[in-house]
Amino acid sequence: MRIATICLALLAAPALPGCSDGRSAGEVELLNVSYDPTRELYRDVNAAFARQWQSKTGQAVRFNMSHGGSGKQSRAVLDGLDADVATLALAYDIDAISQRRPEVLPAGWQARLPNNSAPYTSTVVFLVRKGNPKGIRDWGDLVRPGVQVVTPNPKTSGGARWNFLAAWGHGLKSGGSEAAARSFVARLYRNVPVLDTGARGSTTTFAERGIGDVLIAWENEAFLAQRELGAGKFEMVTPSLSILAEPPVALLEGNAKRRGTARVAEAYLRFLYTPEAQEIIARHHYRPRDPAVAAKHSGTFPQVAMLQIDKDFGGWGSAQKKYFDDGGIFDSIYSGIRRR
Amino acid sequence: MTTGSLALAASPPHGSRRRGFVERTALPGFGLTFGFTLAWLCLIVLIPLSAVFIRTAGMGWSEFVAVALSERALSAYKVSFGTAFAAACVNGIFGLLIAWVLVRHDFAGKRIVSALVDLPFALPTAVAGIALTALYAGNGWLGQFLVPLGIDVAFTPLGIVVALIFIGLPFVVRSVEPVLADIGPEIEEAAQSLGASRLQTMRRVILPAILPAWLTGFAMALARGVGEYGSVIFIAGNMPFRSEIAPLLIVTQLEQYDYAGATAIAAVMLVISFALLLLINLLQAWARSRSID
Repeated sequence: MRIATICLALLAAPALPGCSDGRSAGEVELLNVSYDPTRELYRDVNAAFARQWQSKTGQAVRFNMSHGGSGKQSRAVLDGLDADVATLALAYDIDAISQRRPEVLPAGWQARLPNNSAPYTSTVVFLVRKGNPKGIRDWGDLVRPGVQVVTPNPKTSGGARWNFLAAWGHGLKSGGSEAAARSFVARLYRNVPVLDTGARGSTTTFAERGIGDVLIAWENEAFLAQRELGAGKFEMVTPSLSILAEPPVALLEGNAKRRGTARVAEAYLRFLYTPEAQEIIARHHYRPRDPAVAAKHSGTFPQVAMLQIDKDFGGWGSAQKKYFDDGGIFDSIYSGIRRR
Repeated sequence: MTTGSLALAASPPHGSRRRGFVERTALPGFGLTFGFTLAWLCLIVLIPLSAVFIRTAGMGWSEFVAVALSERALSAYKVSFGTAFAAACVNGIFGLLIAWVLVRHDFAGKRIVSALVDLPFALPTAVAGIALTALYAGNGWLGQFLVPLGIDVAFTPLGIVVALIFIGLPFVVRSVEPVLADIGPEIEEAAQSLGASRLQTMRRVILPAILPAWLTGFAMALARGVGEYGSVIFIAGNMPFRSEIAPLLIVTQLEQYDYAGATAIAAVMLVISFALLLLINLLQAWARSRSID
């Protein structure tokens, strides 16, 4: 962990000289701390924003990107990584920054930008093998005996927490009670042969190692796997009920003010909501917020009923505590599986 | 951890007579070099490790038990130490064999073989883990033959052992090699000219002489295996109670922003590792005293 922090700090180090001449000279540097699968997305967004900012103000923007597991990135900021903006997988990981270092990110950050500070959304879908040999159509099919399900460990992976909650929501809806939901999720995890530590790891296990009949994945990750890991080898199945994933973005005010980058960093985050950026977002298979852009891409993103973390699970704080912290429901499911 | 066993292994073989804190020698500069030694060890080893215990001390006893001695944690220690021990045993046998071949035989391509032994040191462990998983998964080169026989390597504890054998290979080879070379074939010839059979030569002459070095290599391979994360995480499958290693539990605690919980598990691992290494060092001292008699 420490080493990761030091590496990140080294990564950030080139950004430091930028703070002295940030405003006066014709160049400014921004450090965006993001989660794993957004590499390609922010490469394109950054280029577009840099062009726009330069033509508007004459100032060139140089971007430093840091990618990694969402929780790891959050801890790097907590440990003092001097990032200007955080663009992570879960509000929980940005909440952690504002709770422990309010001087960097004041409370109430999520209301500062439109749409819960999430410029795009995504959801959870299934990826199955070509021809769907096990006939997987919906959540109920995942608990059938003989079906192997690949999903990462919710204790270490943000994406896996969305998967878990979506499955829980289905169990609750179809069974009608918490007990039914618990038993549904327990049966589902009994069909999981491998718990990878991250979403990308699970995609690799499913696509490259040939393990499992179905992968529960981010929608954008499923699109990517289809395109990058062999066109025609997989099919995407959208379940009847899923969950609205809202990966949020936040300006790390304390850092940005000290570095003199607050104005450009704020503009950068607002840029994510413009039609130009929304178009890039849709091209990378994240669901855009802008209605016009969304309408244009409606063919790509199937309509699906979606649970919401705040409305259906009481927000990340309580969901994390109830389901994923030590002694939570996920842990009790595994103790149960073991005793059988 | 390994520093400790190395230091002991390198200390003079038979108890040199000393009175008081330090033996008198003609060599000057003890104060200065010993001071540097202590300062360096504190800076590199003791201060980071004591931070682990200080952070752990911040939590109450019942909290500590709940995190570090939970059923899940106990089975993770079992997996971690069990697989590391198994891997160190395998490396102990085959490492000795490789060292023997490298020291006692000359053959074409010996330098290449010797370089191959060190490769696991140089390779990033994550690469090793990914490569081994690709090899042993059901659709891999080796996995496609093993899985139909009912031998699952990838995503089982056996997979962890395989990964740890890989990363621990150089330790035994490199610690036994110089000692074997030092003994030289003359000693064997002498033993045989005095009427010892080949087995007796091996058992009474060679093995006792290399035993301390062998134990050092074994200890290092074990210690390395216990702490290994990068390669194991890809091949283990990480199923709680079955193939979940203790370092993963530490990462899990960090993921919950529970730094104290993470250090609690680390502290338990440190204590067990230290006890094991101490035991091995005592064994070494014993073996050394026997080989001198």
